[in-house]
Amino acid sequence: MRNFVALILLLFPQIGIAQEWEDRQLFTADTSTQMLRVISSTDTVLFAPIIEHFVAENPSIGVEYLVHGTSDIDQIFRTDPDGFDLVVSSAMDLQLKLVNDGLALRLPDLVHPSWAQWRQSLFAFTSEPAAIVINNDAFAGHKIPQTRQQLIEALRERPDAFRGRVGTYDIRKSGVGYLFATQDARATETYWRLMEVLGTLGVRLYCCSGAMIDDLTDGRIAVAYNVLGSYAEARVENRDKFQVILPSDFPTTMMRTAMVSVHAPNPEPAAAFIRHLVALQSADNDEVFQLPRLNIQPNDIERATIALEPALMTFLDALKRRRFVAEWENAVIQE
Amino acid sequence: MTHSLPVSGSLRNRLVVILIGGAAILAFLLFFAVRNYATQVAQQGQDNILGASVASILDAATIRDGEVEIDIPYASFSMLSTPFDDRVFYAIYQDETFLSGYPGLAVADRADRFQTITFRGEAVRMITAERILIGIDQRTRIRVALAQTQDALSGTLEQISRNAAILGGGFFALAALLSYWATSTTIGQLQRLTDSVTKRGPQDLSPFKKPVPAEMAPLVTSLNSLMGRLDQSLSQSEDFIAEAAHRVRTPLATVRSYAEATLQRVDKKENRQAMRSMVRAIDESSRAAGQLLDHAMITFRADHLEREEIDLVDLVHDLVLRLTPIAEMKDLELRLQSDAPVAYAGDPILIQNAVRNLIDNALKYAPSESAVDIFVTANTNTQIKICDSGPGFPSEEVDTLTARFKRGRNAEGTIGSGLGLTIALDVAKAHGGDLVLSNRPEGGACATLSL
Ligand SMILES: Nc1ncnc2c1ncn2[C@@H]1O[C@H](COP(=O)(O)OP(=O)(O)O)[C@@H](O)[C@H]1O
Repeated sequence: MRNFVALILLLFPQIGIAQEWEDRQLFTADTSTQMLRVISSTDTVLFAPIIEHFVAENPSIGVEYLVHGTSDIDQIFRTDPDGFDLVVSSAMDLQLKLVNDGLALRLPDLVHPSWAQWRQSLFAFTSEPAAIVINNDAFAGHKIPQTRQQLIEALRERPDAFRGRVGTYDIRKSGVGYLFATQDARATETYWRLMEVLGTLGVRLYCCSGAMIDDLTDGRIAVAYNVLGSYAEARVENRDKFQVILPSDFPTTMMRTAMVSVHAPNPEPAAAFIRHLVALQSADNDEVFQLPRLNIQPNDIERATIALEPALMTFLDALKRRRFVAEWENAVIQE
Repeated sequence: MTHSLPVSGSLRNRLVVILIGGAAILAFLLFFAVRNYATQVAQQGQDNILGASVASILDAATIRDGEVEIDIPYASFSMLSTPFDDRVFYAIYQDETFLSGYPGLAVADRADRFQTITFRGEAVRMITAERILIGIDQRTRIRVALAQTQDALSGTLEQISRNAAILGGGFFALAALLSYWATSTTIGQLQRLTDSVTKRGPQDLSPFKKPVPAEMAPLVTSLNSLMGRLDQSLSQSEDFIAEAAHRVRTPLATVRSYAEATLQRVDKKENRQAMRSMVRAIDESSRAAGQLLDHAMITFRADHLEREEIDLVDLVHDLVLRLTPIAEMKDLELRLQSDAPVAYAGDPILIQNAVRNLIDNALKYAPSESAVDIFVTANTNTQIKICDSGPGFPSEEVDTLTARFKRGRNAEGTIGSGLGLTIALDVAKAHGGDLVLSNRPEGGACATLSL
């Protein structure tokens, strides 16, 4: 039915010069003449149907899909902006700074709501809240927390049950983790209290949502804070092992964004890809687009969704970041 | 009568050019003034926000444990959001060392100053601000440069320019319309004066009495005085002619009677012939003098027309009776055909004079032993029609025969002055009517005096 070939290339760690990718896949049709290099933080499982759909519709274009963590994407792309056509990432702040630094190509004729794009260069295509994910076994017979405050209470109530069994992003390694943390801290003081509680419980720190959910399904950890709910929902086979809770006090919501590199080797097909992505986002096709779609109510967006605005650069300031990370380490890492 | 006057330019065009040209210049000025002002206001707006933002950044600077910390408030950059998603650049320096932000962005040497510079290939508006921090044993200067691209500004300006253009255009259109209207009404006054001059009768030299705009008063005043002088000199010359004619006529009568008497006594054939020519010439002269007198009288009476109720049939009947002897001398028959009394309000002396002249003509030009028909009718309008069975009016001259002293080609050999038809026409005009000359299809001239 589909005339593309998906290849999983195994990378050998001993080849030191080659970039180490979390995942790398090629999507090509027999007739592909151009190859788009997409660097992305989105798990291949979730993104593959979208690319397959694109390749099926544009058989002359193949896609090389490279997965990495949000912070690394930023660094890799900055050092080699003409090595990639598209950058897809959940770290809105890093993406916005790429655009502000003039590294993104303007796509003036792409129609997208103003709150979901920046400078006609950065285009949001999902709305994904940061969730609390809990292991069902760990909470058997106990009240399930619905807010950050309730989570703090639940953790304090049974410290022994949770010691060493809570997890969250290592904000020093993960761009999206840093984004969630800074936005949480901006929104509510409870964040710092929660971090202190996590710190006393010997929190495990993760690079990415995927790893956190893996550990959660295994039962290695009982609670994960600020995980991308969408990744958890995607684990269909283990769906009964955990529960995804959107904190009802303040669900920090991130928008996944995509941009075309200003130095893109194939700017035309890259723009076509973004157009395709944006179109799929609004089309009614859950088979292909498995990510949460954009929230359309602008009011809700304003309240809960992180806005695409220059203010996102605030926490990327070197001084500010140093200070924030220090404070965070202070709370979370307790010897 | 109508000479084409040499025309230099047009008041209307001049007015229109001045007014519309002025409006165009004003519209342009308006456009540039509004745009200029808007530019300033818009730039001022951006500057104010940049100023507030940089102040809030500097405000967040502190020294903690001997180290500078700047906890940039989220709002500092948040307030720089624009609908056009302008890029924001900043750089923070402690004394001369770069702390954070965009390293390429150099602070200006003077603080609190706005500059428009080019950074990373784009025009940006930049402010530099500084603050001295004083620690325990340390004094350090923090300088912040904050810059923003000007997409929103130019977007706003574009929109304002468009609006200003619409405003200017609208102003221009309105002004053009107004100036057209103003010009028309102004010129309209002149047109009205022109109309009332044109509509006047040829004899009407009375002054204009209708009110005119102040600016036109001198013109009308001098026109009036010109016409007054003209009227005066006209009537003077008419008086003079009348006087002259009168003075000539009386001695002529005497000369004629002597000539007649002499003719009786002269026997020699050539002498008799000469005397006859003399009598004839005298007749002609006295007739001309008479008609000149008549004409002068008619001009006067026509100017001061006094109407009274008369019966035209009666009037013409009297005339016919008086002229019958002359007609019989030529073996002509005068036939008056009329409806029962035709009442009319007019000047009897004038009408009588006119009709007499017309009958005279008929008697002069009609052949012997024919009839002259005189009709007095009052159907649609009051008419007196005199028709003979002579040669008729020379057709190619019909239009000009009524002019003063104009005689037709067929008039050779007949006594006359060329004033008869003129008098008849003047009388008709004075009564608001006309004189129509026509020829009967069966031969003969018809003069119709309609009143
Ligand atoms: N009844 C008529 N028949 C033919 N021609 C006429 C008649 N009445 C006038 N005319 C022509 O019109 C001219 C002007 O007439 P009028 O003014 O009475 O002057 P005149 O003294 O020459 O008759 C005459 O010279 C003549 O040519």
